Formats: sequence, C-alpha cells, structure tokens
Amino acid sequence: MASRTGTHSPAGICKSLPERGLLLLMVLVFLEGSVLPLGAASSPDVTHQANSDNHIVKEAGHNFTKKPFPVLSLDYHHIQAPFEISLWVLLASLMKLGFHLIPRLSGIVPESCLLIVVGLLVGGLIKLAGEQVPPVLDSRLFFLCLLPPIILDAGYFLPIRPFMENLGTILMFAVVGTLWNAFFVGGLLYAVCQIQPGNPSILHQLELLPCLLFGSIISAVDPVAVLAVFEEIHINELLHILVFGESLLNDAVTVVLYHLFEEYAGVGSVTVMDVFLGIISFLVVAVGGVLVGAIYGILAAFTSRFTSHTRVIEPLFVFVYSYMAYLSAEMFHLSGIMSLIACGAVMRPYVEANISHKSHTTIKYFLKMWSSVSETLIFIFLGVATVEGPHNWNWTFVTVTVILCLVARVIGVVGLTYVINKFRIVKLTTKDQFIVAYGGLRGAIAFSLGFLLNKDHFPLRDMFLTAIITVIFFTVFVQGMTIKPLVELLAVKKKQEAKRSINEEIHTQFLDHLLTGIEDICGHYGHHHWKDKLNRFNKKYVKKCLIAGERSKEPQLIAFYHKMEMKQAIELVESGGGVKLPSAMPSAVSMQNIQPKKLPPAKPAERALSNLPKGREEEIRKILRSNLQRTRQRLRSYNRHTLLADPYEDGLGDLLIKKQKMIELERKNESEPAALSTE
Amino acid sequence: MGSSNSSVNNIPNAQELMQETGFSAAHILRLHERFEFLDKHKCGQLRLVDRPTNQPQDFGAVQELALNPIGDSIISAFFSPGQETVDFASFVRILAHFRPTDRNQSRDGAQQEPANSSIRKLKFAFQMYDQDRDGKISRAELLQVLRAMLGIQVTEEQLQSIAERAIQEADLDRDDAISFDEFRKSLEKVDIDHKMSIRFLR
Repeated sequence: MASRTGTHSPAGICKSLPERGLLLLMVLVFLEGSVLPLGAASSPDVTHQANSDNHIVKEAGHNFTKKPFPVLSLDYHHIQAPFEISLWVLLASLMKLGFHLIPRLSGIVPESCLLIVVGLLVGGLIKLAGEQVPPVLDSRLFFLCLLPPIILDAGYFLPIRPFMENLGTILMFAVVGTLWNAFFVGGLLYAVCQIQPGNPSILHQLELLPCLLFGSIISAVDPVAVLAVFEEIHINELLHILVFGESLLNDAVTVVLYHLFEEYAGVGSVTVMDVFLGIISFLVVAVGGVLVGAIYGILAAFTSRFTSHTRVIEPLFVFVYSYMAYLSAEMFHLSGIMSLIACGAVMRPYVEANISHKSHTTIKYFLKMWSSVSETLIFIFLGVATVEGPHNWNWTFVTVTVILCLVARVIGVVGLTYVINKFRIVKLTTKDQFIVAYGGLRGAIAFSLGFLLNKDHFPLRDMFLTAIITVIFFTVFVQGMTIKPLVELLAVKKKQEAKRSINEEIHTQFLDHLLTGIEDICGHYGHHHWKDKLNRFNKKYVKKCLIAGERSKEPQLIAFYHKMEMKQAIELVESGGGVKLPSAMPSAVSMQNIQPKKLPPAKPAERALSNLPKGREEEIRKILRSNLQRTRQRLRSYNRHTLLADPYEDGLGDLLIKKQKMIELERKNESEPAALSTE
Repeated sequence: MGSSNSSVNNIPNAQELMQETGFSAAHILRLHERFEFLDKHKCGQLRLVDRPTNQPQDFGAVQELALNPIGDSIISAFFSPGQETVDFASFVRILAHFRPTDRNQSRDGAQQEPANSSIRKLKFAFQMYDQDRDGKISRAELLQVLRAMLGIQVTEEQLQSIAERAIQEADLDRDDAISFDEFRKSLEKVDIDHKMSIRFLR
C-alpha cells in the first residue's frame, strides 16, 4: 500500500502546499454545506415577501412605488435539492481523495471504515448545528439510485468462467446458508428473549415472527461491503467469487423471506400452505429476476448491433437497458440484483463485439466512477443515519444478536462445506472456509430493509435498527480491519496479477475440446458436454443475430488475439513509439536470428533491447514515429454528431500492415548478412 | 449390451487395474460396459480404422466426436504409436489420467507417479500436441492444432501470426519449439487438477 502514495513525505499528514489547499477546500465545503441551509431558512421568506409585495402592489393598479432593483439576491430554495445532492457527492469524492493523501491510514484501515467515521462526524456536526439531520438513507433513494450502479459494475465485469464453474457451491451458500442463518438467529433470539428472568422487560413483547423477520434481514451477506473490503485484500479468484457470488445471489432469498415474514407478522401465524407458497415464490423471484435481466440483456445486445453510425450514444444503451431491467424486476417484486447481474453478464460478450474501443473504455470508466461514488455515499450516509437514530439500545438483544450472527455463520459455512466437498473436484480447505466465514460482512442493505419496516406492525423497530447498525459496524470495522492481516498470516493464496497470455488461451481451449471428447467417449454428459453444446448453439444462432457484420463469425481465439494486438499497439502509440519496443514484435525475433550466439533467458523486454543492432532500431523508430504523427493529426477535431472514424482502429490497421512489411524487409535483408558472416 | 457381466470378477485383470489406476469397482464396471458398447464386433479390442474405408471405426459410434475439432487427435491418443487396436486395460489406463487428483494421497517411494497426477495429465495433453513424440512442440505441430481448432474461418496468415506469437511467448530457451517444461510453465496459472478432471471418474 505504501507504493500507492509515491510521495516522499514522512509518515503522517502531508504538509505540502497543494495538500494543505485540498484540506482547506474540504473544510470550506463542509462549512458551506452546513451554513447555507441555515442561512437559507431566513432568506426565502424575504424573497417571497418581496414577491408578494410586488404582486399586491401590481394588482393595486399600476401605481407602485419603485423599489431599488435587486442587484444581488439569494434564492436558495430554487436550487436546494440539486445543490444538496451535488454537495454530498462532492464531499464524498473529496473524502476519497483525502484518504489517499494519508499514507499510513489507508494501509491499515479499509476505506469503508473511514467513510463511516466521516459520516458520523458529518452527522454529529449537523446535529450540533441544531439542524434536522436529512433522512439520507431513505430506502427509496438507496434501492433506486445508490445500489444499482454498484451491482451493474459488478455484474458487467463478473468473471463468468469461475462463476459458472463454482455455481453449485455459490448457490448452496447463498440459499441454504442464508436460510440457515435466518432461522438460527431468529429462532434462538426468540428463545433468549423469552427466558428473561424476574422483571418483565420489553423483550417479552417480541413474538416469533418479528424475530424471524429480523433474522432474515440480518443474515444476508452484503455485496457492497464485501466488494469494498475484498477489493483491497486481493485474494485469490476462487474465494473472491465464492463470497461475492454468495452476496449477490442471496438477494432472492432475502427478498422472499422479508416479504413473507412482513406479510404474516401482522397476522401472527404461518401455515404450511404459506411455507409452500414461499418456496414457490422463491423460485419465481429468482428465475423471474434472471429472465427479466436476460431479456433486457438480449435487447441491449441487439440494439448495439445497429450503432455503428452513432457511436457516441453506445454507452447509454448499456446503462439504460440495465437500469430498466432493475426497475422492471423491482416492479414485480422480483430480485432486482439478480436481474441486473443477468443483464450485464448476458449482454457483455455481444455488446463488446459490436461497440467501438472508445465506447468500451467509456462504459468501463463510467461504471467504475458511478459505483465508486455510490459506495462512498452509502458508507457516509450509514454514518449519518447512525447519528440520527432513532435508537433503542438494549444490551441483551444487541449482544446476543452479534454473537449469534457470528456463530451461525461459522457453523453454516463449516457444515455446508462438508457437504459441498463431496461434490467438488477441487475441495475447499480449512483456510478457505475460514475466509468465507470471516468474509460474511453485513452492510447497508440490511439497514435499509430494517428502515422500511412499518412502525405499527413492529413496535420494536428501533431496537431492531440499533442492533442492525451494531452488527454492521462490528462486521465492517472489526472484520474489515482484521481480514487483511489475517490473510497475510494464514498465507492465503493471492490474486495473480498477470494478464492472460495467448498460450493460456490456446491451451485452455484445447483442453476444453479434449475434455469434451473424453466425456463423450465415456458416455458421460458432464459439465464440459453441456458447455460445449451451449457454445455451439451460441455460435450457430445467437451470435449471428446479435453481432454486427463480419465479427459474428470470428472465433474466440482470433478475437482474443486481435484484442491483444490492439492493446499492445495502442500502448506503443501512447508511449510515443520511441523509448522501448514491446518484446513480442515479430521483427524483434527475426532480428535475433541475425545474432548467432545463445543468450540466457532474460526478461522479454530486456531481450528486445539488447539484441537489436543499433541501425535497425533507429529505422524502426523512424517508421513508427511517422505513423504516430499521422494518427495524431486525425484526432484534432470532431463535433458531437459526427465522431470521425475511430482513429485508433483505423490507424492501427495501417500500423499492423507496416509492421508486416518491415518483417518481410528484415527477412530479406537477413539472408545477405548471414551469407556474408559465414565466409 | 445385454451381457450379464454384472460382476467385476468377470473382467480380466480387474483387480490389477483397480490398484494401478485407483478406479473403484463400480467405475471399472461402468467403463467395461462402455467399452463393450463401443466394441461393435465383440472382439475384445477397439480398432482405429476400418481398413477398407479408412474411417474411424469403433470410436465412430460416438457421434459427438465427429463435431469435435480435435476429435481425430483424441481418438489416436488412445492407440500407442504404431498399433491399431486397443484393449480394455489400455482404455482404462488412458482414462485414468482424467480422474480427479487425490490431494492427500500419500505414496511410498517405490510406487510410480499415479496416472492422475498433475504431471501425468499435462504429459498426456503435451503428447497430443507433439505427434512425432520428439519431446518438443514444433511450429508445424502447433500450426496443425491451431488449424484444427480454428478451421476454415481463418486465413493462413492469421494462423501463422498466432503461432508465431505463441511460440515467442512460451519459448524460453530460444530453440523455436516448446518443450514440456515450457508447456508446463505457460500453464502454471491454470488449475490443471480442476481443468483436466471428469467428475464421475472419482
């Protein structure tokens, strides 16, 4: 983490001039945000008064006294709502900037914790100023505006292969695990509440169904919190996808349990019929959500087929279709999260084949930006909402809840892993189980669901909220802060950073075919067989429909190869083409054939530099530089409506052709010095 | 099928095979049934090609193999070089490569490396590339595999450049071919135990 800052200042808050300026700016924004609403409380009356005065005077028949023309007036109400929203977003972003200026802190404490603390501070400030704390974590705002960007970002960039390979495991954890947690926590909580000795306390009022409802709210692992914490620990792909997949898929279970218990908590009893309907409802919610998402995904893919002339609005389709998928699912009380994930995952391969490189970059950066801001806002609001309350602290209830949550999670994970390992090829070790159990963080979704509860039906709602907040704080602070050192301590496998090479791609495809063949020989319709069938179906029918033009027939390997070449050529162009030549340029290989001596296997980049004879290198650089100038000229002007043919994509074609010509030239010249050197 | 081989004892060398490959009795039985299904002429051996027509004979019963781009290579992998028939024992031995790896298996030093270890799995895959068994995947052999997988959709030029790039990336000792160690290194990020195992062969 120390490498992130790169500043030369000693540990502690940097005192250089720009950073001081930034801190000053943040303080100013704070003050402005809190002072203006206060000041505005008085001014609108003035303006309204003035307006009504003028109005009355005008009506009295055009004989009005002339007031001095208001050169400068304050009208806060006119812009209040957008202004406050922008202020919050600005605050969130400045906070994010600020944390990375403090080198030590960002290494020890995960960002989510810091943001909650900031939220607490802001909430405290507002309360001190005597103002009414705005109900920021309003459930509608949360579910309709703050949550979707994060989920879309996760869904669009979901690594499909590990997700599908581990789908069985993920589903077990998500469905069975969440059910277990909910009933265990709810049931035991009810039991504990009933055994209060002596003086009857408030807890005796707690019935079974509200307890179960509380259990189901608190038991769901939260995707936002998991993403926030796991992103910083760079754990290996398998564990990441297990915990993260679980947090996404348990939404369906949570939705069903929540609605079920909420409905029947008023009535007071649940019959077998209701349970049965609940199970059916779960299937409908889950499968329905996925279907809705898939439909919108296909629509988006189909639309992107025709966007070759209007490249500018391509990203818009991705965002709007996905958001509509979410809203449509929410409309039917289906699982919005699953719908969003399905939409992103389904549309991605086809949309990426159709859109331009720039649109792809735009989508990526917009999604990252929105999800980042959303996440920051959620944590800050969590802090603010904590300050606001309403609170009802009950020691027994809260401590029992926290303990039960932990215990339930551990038992659940261990028990399920025992069963799952019987069916897995690569078993989950104890270390893996520990990380999965420890990574079960709760977050803002639980809080929002608790907030939505109706006070009439649930008189102990405040107590619930307090307990939920305590659990959230506990998991985010304690577990979030300690998971990183624990990962180091247990030497859990980390994520492998390097990019996929073409060899890996070729061999993986080869192995896929091999395994499919072996399965067919054995007569076993296994997982490779179905994957192969799906791929074949995809290639034959779906791709033709959804991908424009020639690219519909492009095999995956070629697409991958082109992507790699393009990426490398862009790096070449961006780096100015002068300093270092990428090692895999074919000309480098033919260069080396000129030098007969055997070299030790050095790193590829060094190899390229040390072996090229000086003259050749200069020639290549000259050619590349001239190409570069031509490319840069095309970038000079465009207006919004007609984006010129993507210069990278066209100039690249030329670049690649030039490269090929150079290779030929080199190979021709090679034969001469070789002939000369042998004599 | 219809034969009453419901007991594993009717299969010749069943116990030896079980010990050598680690398959359970139920698996051996199932594989034997499959072998008999493929063995149309009931001669106890699977034949590579039907002499007159030169079409894959017994393995042709598996229709999906015809659609598989490397189907031919897979079939030939069952037959030792030069031989045209394969008996049940060899059939089982080849399939033993695809058993999931037993992580906690302890071996005494005398025992040979089990067929389903990572190394043996990789070796099997390597041999499918390296048709002439010289211990290296040459450019021509790589091109052949690429051609089979990508088919007619790709130009010769593109194939050449992909093969070129692949060899550049993997070839560390600059001999313009990929040895077994280089092959293994290029696949170090892939979980071979998972990738090359069939679940039912447990």
